[in-house]
Amino acid sequence: MTLETTHCLLRMYEEHHALEDYQGGVPRWCNGCGDNAILAAMQRLCRDNDLRPEKTMFVSGIGCSSRLPHYMKTYGFHGIHGRALPVAEGIKMARPDLNVFVNTGDGDCCSIGAAHWIHAIRYNMNMVVVLHDNHVYGLTKKQASPTSPRGLKSNTTPRGAYLEALNPLTVTLGIQNVSFVAQAVDWIPEVLYDIFSAAFHHRGLSFVRVLQRCPEFLPKMFDPWLQDPQKTMLLTHEKGLKLSANLAKVYKNQRQHDPLDLNAAREIASIDDPIPVGILYQNPEVPCYEDLRHAGQFRTSDYVKAGLEKEFDKYTVWPSDQDESKPAA
Amino acid sequence: MSTTTLERESKTAKPSPRAQGAKKTVELKETIIEIVSDSGEGAQRCGQSLAQIAAKMGNGVWTVEIIPAEIQPPARSVAGASGNRVRIGSEAITNGGDEADLVVAFNEQVLLGRVRAGELKPGCIILLESMWRNDRNPAIAASYAATYDELVKAGYKVYEIPMEQECRKLVSDPRRGKNMFVMGMLCSLYSLDRDLAREQIGITFGKKDQKIIKTNTDLLEAGWDWAAANLDFQFSIPAKRATEPQLVINGNTSLALGVLASGMEICAMYPITPATSVSHYLSDVFERVGGLVHQAEDEIAACAFAVGASYAGKCTVTVTSGPGYSLKQEAIGLAVMCEIPLVVINVQRGGPSTGQPTKGEQGDLLTSIYGSHGDAPKVVIAPSSIEDCFYSVITARKIAETFNMVVVVLSDANLATGQQPFPRPQFSEDWLAPPYDQSELPTGAKPYDWDATTGLARRFIPGQPHGMHTLTGLAHDRDSHVAYDPLINEEGLRHRSLKLAALQKTLLPPKLYGDEKGDLLVIGWGSTKGAIEEAVGRLRAEGLKVSSMHLQFLQPMASGLKEIMQRFKKVITIESNWSDDLKDQLIDEENRRYSALAMMLRARTLIDVDCWSEVRGRPIKPGIVADVLRAKLQK
Ligand SMILES: Cc1ncc(C[n+]2csc(CCOP(=O)(O)OP(=O)(O)O)c2C)c(N)n1
Ligand code: SF4
Ligand SMILES: [Mg+2]
Repeated sequence: MTLETTHCLLRMYEEHHALEDYQGGVPRWCNGCGDNAILAAMQRLCRDNDLRPEKTMFVSGIGCSSRLPHYMKTYGFHGIHGRALPVAEGIKMARPDLNVFVNTGDGDCCSIGAAHWIHAIRYNMNMVVVLHDNHVYGLTKKQASPTSPRGLKSNTTPRGAYLEALNPLTVTLGIQNVSFVAQAVDWIPEVLYDIFSAAFHHRGLSFVRVLQRCPEFLPKMFDPWLQDPQKTMLLTHEKGLKLSANLAKVYKNQRQHDPLDLNAAREIASIDDPIPVGILYQNPEVPCYEDLRHAGQFRTSDYVKAGLEKEFDKYTVWPSDQDESKPAA
Repeated sequence: MSTTTLERESKTAKPSPRAQGAKKTVELKETIIEIVSDSGEGAQRCGQSLAQIAAKMGNGVWTVEIIPAEIQPPARSVAGASGNRVRIGSEAITNGGDEADLVVAFNEQVLLGRVRAGELKPGCIILLESMWRNDRNPAIAASYAATYDELVKAGYKVYEIPMEQECRKLVSDPRRGKNMFVMGMLCSLYSLDRDLAREQIGITFGKKDQKIIKTNTDLLEAGWDWAAANLDFQFSIPAKRATEPQLVINGNTSLALGVLASGMEICAMYPITPATSVSHYLSDVFERVGGLVHQAEDEIAACAFAVGASYAGKCTVTVTSGPGYSLKQEAIGLAVMCEIPLVVINVQRGGPSTGQPTKGEQGDLLTSIYGSHGDAPKVVIAPSSIEDCFYSVITARKIAETFNMVVVVLSDANLATGQQPFPRPQFSEDWLAPPYDQSELPTGAKPYDWDATTGLARRFIPGQPHGMHTLTGLAHDRDSHVAYDPLINEEGLRHRSLKLAALQKTLLPPKLYGDEKGDLLVIGWGSTKGAIEEAVGRLRAEGLKVSSMHLQFLQPMASGLKEIMQRFKKVITIESNWSDDLKDQLIDEENRRYSALAMMLRARTLIDVDCWSEVRGRPIKPGIVADVLRAKLQK
């Protein structure tokens, strides 16, 4: 997502923001919930890019993760379960000048909203979509989600989840017009931030899956990755992520990956151990639906009138004495 | 009321050529013509063109599409009739009328379909393609001969017409082209203007090349000359050419033009019969006024997209029909809860479930008023004519943005495809929406600062400094903060409901058709207006004390209704949705399910409103309504 030039027209003078300018109410997530890290990274991103709060929108569905807009001090739209993406598309179509972010859970995006997810990738509208993937339904208290690993015991799968988990990365990378796919984890804030930043500066739909801890319902889910840095494979590239020296020391399992290479991205996306973290795919050339659709006319009332009268003309029966004035067909 | 009288009584099965001068032209006040064929043979185009020519001459017209349920029904099938009914009159015509006076049929099977549906007047003239009599398939030839005999015996005046044979002189495949031959015949039979008919070919085939136009013009002339030389009757329906320019369009085009004129800029939709043609037309022309049509992945997305776009700026419209309307419910509820203006056009079809996709019904009134879970007050209006379709969209957008509400426009399949001329609208700046507000808000301004009397609150639009808040579908307070306090929940409910009352106070009581008081008041809504008023007019001409009232606003309803109803001894609604019949064994006053409007009126006025309904997927006929009302008066 990039800034629209119209941003600069109005208040060019001020616009230096502090973190507080983006901090809304006190988050009501559980202690240790990975959503807190996502929120912090988002607020930092807004500040560092001096996004005007009134020109910035966080759109979400329903779920713990979808509460995020309430904790921002921007405009927010906390809508209905599964429909964050179409709402965000409508907003973006009507208002290309707004910075649009979407926060959606694994149930919200990959289950009830799955159709919209696929089509959102295809529309490729300029926005950042963050999938808060905790592998479970948090808000409704521990039911299996499509990304729950097979065998996961939950309230609806007391004897273990029956099916293999859906992989949001391979799905997204399989959709026509995909333009940006990345994976982050809530427990490496530096990389989380860098990925959000790359996502924000990409023009098109940036899909970021964040593996997000839910200590309330799946306290041990991500332990193997937290305990063993080797189980995380960091994707680096001159066109992608660049690691700080400190981080590079801890996470030695690194792989050079060119984000333009879709085939390699698909291969990496399907690896589940170690998990890839970084930018899997980025193609700045994919057109955005809103650009394809907006003809950029200035919609004055004269303009509307002219268009309308032309349509009326097509169907008008003129009284005989006005036949002269009848426009040529 | 149609008064087809034949000049001579003889049923000339195989008309012999006779001198044109021998014919006397019978003047009619009005007539009903049906043209039916297998689908793909162009009867619909023929009917529509005929209507256009008559309308241009200044006749009143109304067309009704005859649509088979399947896209490709088997050829020559009773259920496969495809075509058009055209009612033409000297005065304005407001509905499809009663039974047909003349039917042109391309085969005897589709004709049988119309006969069995009771669509033909006794003694109706039938112009029947005769090629089947000598069909190579003996079964077909026999079926044709038997049907022919049966129809003649039943008193119909059947003329066998060698359409195929005549067209073959001009084209190699008369399946394409026969329709224009028929149009030529009909233009001659009804003394329409020959130049206008020629011109119509150019309009109908406008985008095609000159060769096609020439062929079809030749077919038209051939049909014309054949009828003039071979048929022993001719009619004329005197016309008054309008003094004002008229638009001749169907209801769906009218709705689409209404969208263009309303100042809305985005239409989000998913294709569904019979609403699709609104979006087809919009997709073609919306960009000319700076708008766009978004075809979403489903109706849920279409509605959510519309809600998002509306929220972010100007009111948006979503267009749908029955099943799609059901899918939109949750997002409609979101718009209600968050007070986002939204226009939802529902071109009703038969339900429930997939129901009758191509047939009209008024089955969605209650779901429009009460649909979506919880208390979700929204405005529901119903156009009752083709002209109304246009203006109701403009009204809907205005109300939506004034009250920050969802406005449902209930059209139906009968209006969708019906054509009727009406005065060309005069453009007004007032139709358009003002640019959306980006002004700075005072610090501390509340996004839901409900007015205690009207429930209204100023809408905040993203981009407005100091207006930042998170809109939520959860119960919320004036700051849009999630409400955990039960009293705050009630406060939201009250204010959202009050807006309906605020709108209701601005509505005028509907005008009565007929006297201000009497023995029977008929109440209707939507597309049945023309038929109801025509029926009431006939009964009044018989001296009966009947009046009718047609409601445009179904939610909220105008004040004064009860007072009007009390001036009549009896009140009945006429609707095209289900109501139980007291004649059924198990049905009694305690369990009878009333038609939708009757139910609403009974609840609102405590008056014992009766109802009569027909749900046959065809427009209600004025003659049937008249019979029902007569019976009601005698009860
Ligand atoms: C139409 C509908 N169905 C079901 C629900 C109940 N519901 C709310 S959130 C949710 C799942 C949340 O899971 P997820 O999207 O993974 O978000 P999380 O809470 O884990 O962040 C469900 C089933 C709802 N609000 N609406
Ligand atoms: S339940 Fe899980 S996802 Fe929800 S707030 Fe608590 S920790 Fe976070
Ligand atoms: Mg989840």
